[in-house]
Amino acid sequence: MMDNTTRHVLECLEEDARISHEKIATLTGLTIDKVDKIVKELEESGIIRKYKTVIDWDLAGDENVYAIIELKVSLERSIGYLPLVERLYRFPEVRSVRLLSGQYDLSLTVSGKTMKEVAFFVAEKISTLEQVQHTTTHFVLKTYKEDGVILHEQDHVSRLPVTP
Amino acid sequence: MRKACTPSKFVADVMNKVPPSGIRRYFDLASGLEDVISLGVGEPDYVTPWHIREACIHSLECGETSYTSNYGLIELREELADYYAAKYGVNYNPGSEVLVTSGVSEALDVAIRAITNPGDEIIVVQPSYVAYVPSVMFAGGVPVIVSTKLENNFKLTAEELEAAITPKTKAVIINYPNNPTGATMGKADLEAIADVVCEHDIMVISDEVYDCLTYNGGHTCFSSLEGMRERTILLNGFSKAYAMTGFRLAYAMASPKIISAMMLIHQYSMLCAPITAQIGAIEALKNGKHEMEKMVRDYDRRRHLIVSGLNRIGLKCFEPKGAFYVFPSVESTGLTSEKFAERLMNEKRVVTIPGTVFGEAGTGFLRCSYATSREEIEEALVRIEAFVNGL
Repeated sequence: MMDNTTRHVLECLEEDARISHEKIATLTGLTIDKVDKIVKELEESGIIRKYKTVIDWDLAGDENVYAIIELKVSLERSIGYLPLVERLYRFPEVRSVRLLSGQYDLSLTVSGKTMKEVAFFVAEKISTLEQVQHTTTHFVLKTYKEDGVILHEQDHVSRLPVTP
Repeated sequence: MRKACTPSKFVADVMNKVPPSGIRRYFDLASGLEDVISLGVGEPDYVTPWHIREACIHSLECGETSYTSNYGLIELREELADYYAAKYGVNYNPGSEVLVTSGVSEALDVAIRAITNPGDEIIVVQPSYVAYVPSVMFAGGVPVIVSTKLENNFKLTAEELEAAITPKTKAVIINYPNNPTGATMGKADLEAIADVVCEHDIMVISDEVYDCLTYNGGHTCFSSLEGMRERTILLNGFSKAYAMTGFRLAYAMASPKIISAMMLIHQYSMLCAPITAQIGAIEALKNGKHEMEKMVRDYDRRRHLIVSGLNRIGLKCFEPKGAFYVFPSVESTGLTSEKFAERLMNEKRVVTIPGTVFGEAGTGFLRCSYATSREEIEEALVRIEAFVNGL
């Protein structure tokens, strides 16, 4: 079970990956040295995987298209999913790979410059893999929320300036 | 021609005795200003968690728009009883010892009216929430003020309480974690108070609306102390913990005789709390813990930010262990609380509330709420620093 201090540090970084350790120290009441130490341990243990930026690529005018690909696969008893998954995630076009419960086995997020490019990638590189029995491609039309961040403008709710 | 009417002569005498709300004045002053950062808000800056709002929307879609039992939905009262049993080890009968009200404000008013005979003295511990004194006066009671002190971290001491008790004393109203100071009282502190109220045979109205907002240590529920269950009218609500201020939903817990008396007033005035809010409250109790704890951790970080910032600027404040207020002293600046707050608002557009609004014990202090975004707190600190340095 994670202690409360570690949780505070992680929540600060989750909200803003660029937050300074000095600021974390102010917000948590810890010394900067202590924050340095905690963050270093979290990085080394792999709890902090990497620091990344959530970008609204649509707003930036980038032409990328994204698709969610559902895969139905056949399994060889002695091998499991891993060899296939490793083949899949090495493609830079494949942004995420998840093993799912339910009707499909794997879900991929694939990106490309055009719908055609993504469609050909799936047809040529994914569907042709021996273990892949079936694919369903869903193109992403609009992203409203990404990694916990809402990407479209919301109405601002205002409070009274003074209340007891 | 008929005789002219003078409406003012029909207004009850007590209305002229109750002082106007100091908060109201600052509200009016702040309302006209642009580019204002407000540390004057006594409510969470979060919107009610979506799962709670969604439960309310669903109930409306299902047509749940009726009155409920005067006591409140039994499902809600049962959830509340379970919650208190699990969290504080104090058992209330959901059938006879829980009354759901429209906000702690109503619960407070009804509780005071239910126990006060004309001339009874009710002890109000200050600095405190602005409604306590007027509620006692409206009920025909006599408010007796006890002032807590910074040197005791604004805790009520047994000696201070005992000195205020007379043969006419009926009850004492306490509020920990405290608005406006952020003070809390631990189990040992409260045990000393319990001894005094027992010895003098008085009731305790314990407003514990900030019970979930404690930092560095949990909350002690007054009625969980040995022998205090029958002697306590416990008030709590959903506004602060679950960011549900506008739902106006709260409750009182007490012995059946007291709840029946409160119920008499409640059924003929409020009838029942709004059903939609009650359904939201059930959802909050069932599934709201995770999000609530996340909000509390966020308040905790802002608390560190504002306390260290104010101390750095030279506005000394003790470390508040609960609620979402910090109560710095402005004495070092040579200004009164009112002057400081008014000038800070006019010159730097930062709204704070002078401590005197919460009673004489708040003289020389300022209430700053940190229930506002981190960016706003940071900007407010920059402006306050500039203001103090410019004095």
